[in-house]
Amino acid sequence: MRVALFSTCLVDALYPDAGKATVALLDRLGQPLEFPLEQTCCGQMHANSGYFEPGLVRRYVDVFEPYDAVVVPSGSCAGAIRHQHAMVARAANDEALATRAEAVAKKTYELSEFLIDVLNTDDVGAYFPHRVTYHPTCHSVRMLGVGDRPLRLLRNVRAIDLVELPGNDECCGFGGTFSIKNPDVSAAMLADKMESVIETGAEVLCAGDRSCLMHIGGGLDRIHAGVRTLHLAEVLASTQEAPL
Amino acid sequence: MSNGNGDLIWTDDPPFAQNAKRAVDDSQLRHNVRKATATIRERRAGLVAETPDWQALRASGAAIKDDVLHHLDGYLEQFERNATARGAHVHWARDADEATQTVTRLVQATGRNEVIKVKSMATQEIGLVKALEDAGITAHETDLAELIIQLSHDRPSHIVVPALHRNRAEIRQIFRDHMPDAPTELSDDPNALAEAARLHLRRLFLKTRVAVSGANFAIAETGGLLVAESEGNGRMCLTLPDTLISVVGIEKLIPRFGDLEVFLQLLPRSSTGERMNPYNSVWTGVTQNDGPQNVHIVLLDNGRTKALADDTGRQALRCIRCAACLNVCPVYERTGGHAYGATYPGPIGAIVTPLMAGVEHAPELPFASSLCGACYEVCPVKIDIPTVLVKLRADAVKAQRHKAQDATFAAAAQAMSGRRRWTAALKLVPLMRFIRHGAPPPLSGWTRTRDLPDPPKQSFRDWWSNGR
Repeated sequence: MRVALFSTCLVDALYPDAGKATVALLDRLGQPLEFPLEQTCCGQMHANSGYFEPGLVRRYVDVFEPYDAVVVPSGSCAGAIRHQHAMVARAANDEALATRAEAVAKKTYELSEFLIDVLNTDDVGAYFPHRVTYHPTCHSVRMLGVGDRPLRLLRNVRAIDLVELPGNDECCGFGGTFSIKNPDVSAAMLADKMESVIETGAEVLCAGDRSCLMHIGGGLDRIHAGVRTLHLAEVLASTQEAPL
Repeated sequence: MSNGNGDLIWTDDPPFAQNAKRAVDDSQLRHNVRKATATIRERRAGLVAETPDWQALRASGAAIKDDVLHHLDGYLEQFERNATARGAHVHWARDADEATQTVTRLVQATGRNEVIKVKSMATQEIGLVKALEDAGITAHETDLAELIIQLSHDRPSHIVVPALHRNRAEIRQIFRDHMPDAPTELSDDPNALAEAARLHLRRLFLKTRVAVSGANFAIAETGGLLVAESEGNGRMCLTLPDTLISVVGIEKLIPRFGDLEVFLQLLPRSSTGERMNPYNSVWTGVTQNDGPQNVHIVLLDNGRTKALADDTGRQALRCIRCAACLNVCPVYERTGGHAYGATYPGPIGAIVTPLMAGVEHAPELPFASSLCGACYEVCPVKIDIPTVLVKLRADAVKAQRHKAQDATFAAAAQAMSGRRRWTAALKLVPLMRFIRHGAPPPLSGWTRTRDLPDPPKQSFRDWWSNGR
């Protein structure tokens, strides 16, 4: 099985550790990843800001069509690929691209989906001796429907002290350019999310989307809350031999 | 208002982001809205959990409404025929101006200058109370919350619970200041407040001969209308007067009486968190010597056919105005309804307002959402609000060119258009460390409350290309 990694533009540019962890994790599970260098961005930021870019959809389809599967360490980007790509292509009256986009979207998996649905494992042999709370990001839950897959994976991590995040079904207030266009509402939502995170006493806030973590982590850093944010892949990549 | 849409958009209001800032700064408002939405939210969740066929009900609700929307012309004519045959007079109104003129004329024909009103979003949307007032007719709101709003010269902030932004201490003050027959020793006990309103309203019910209502459902096969409510004040208005004038959006149609089986399960659970509305009033034309003998129905377009023409947006016309999307919306919870500057607030308002009025008149509303999807999850008729929002954002961007923003996104798309360009763009990332704690616009809104990330020494692709 030839499996490609779509790192997402955010991880590529700002959070390479989440990408490296995804590679290390899947290596350990015997599923090497390829990283086609022609990839850039899924186009979600553009689409959600009102700029439909069929060119970015075409790029994604061209780059990933040859693979058997694509792994994305982001529920939001995987969601955009599955729910927006065909729509963006159709808005540009490109039915051929829409059809191809639908086919590639079908073999595009968010990380926890790939581990559980394709590799059939919910125990990846990870070791992470820290107090962790998990934020189920909105797009991973509501647009993609990952359900409890990430939590099943986390529960099987050795030595982890996993605590439930109160009000975890509520949006953190990121929302892409929403956080810039409506900074005051976004900050009000963030304040409540940070309060919940701090209440858990966790050292680490974990999620499957670096974008939401960039927002929550940016707020936690600003108030020097002393809570680290880690991508799900980073926690799952950690082992007793090579702890994070 | 000049464009004929009435009060669909409050044109005197500043844009959402400014309104929202004022709202999030108001801690009393924040507390009131949070407490009220959390209460309804929990009640709804409990009732949905005990309804095993909830998802099937949602699917039925959506399918019935889609059938109506695909055959709207036929169902409207069927409704008109049946309502007319049962003695009702059916009028058609293209926009708010036509609707308010029709209602005004009908009231004037009765020779009366006072009407009692059932709570109705359609009459809010067309600005009916103000239009009647301009014609010398006093319209009394009889829904308790609408009464509070009317007495305090305020505006509704919620579709189902219009005074949700007020707490009981504020309501007591409003009654004391603006309700002449309020008892002098009025406390803020909810029962005392309700009793004061009851006495005030009872006098109006007994003397007023004309009522105005909306309707939750218009039944094509019978020509009947239904109003669902909690207080019984609506029932008073619908039964005591001689003349009843109902303003009904054309999307309120359902094909058959039997379809109520679906909607009367979906609506109360989704709106007030009840298994059943305390009062469901159905009337079909005129019943001799029982209830109003002079029955009028004004079928209202006011932008609905415009929304119908939008392939993606059309589904918004399935809406049964339950406001479940408002109660779960994290944005609404922080801003309340007034921030949206429109009769319909919250997630559904952010789509129906631009769909009905034209996105050029409300270009910021589709952006008043983090696209978290909680609204879609609870919608009893499965309106995919996030997808409609995204579609309307694209329309808004086309309707209102914004040079700097257009250029920014064009530059980003260009940078993402190939490996070489993208690799070159990534070379700029380390510069971010200079603006981490205080960025220039448009990122300044971000760094006011959040740090930007500490840029990595190496991009992921550099790490990969350098042999990992």
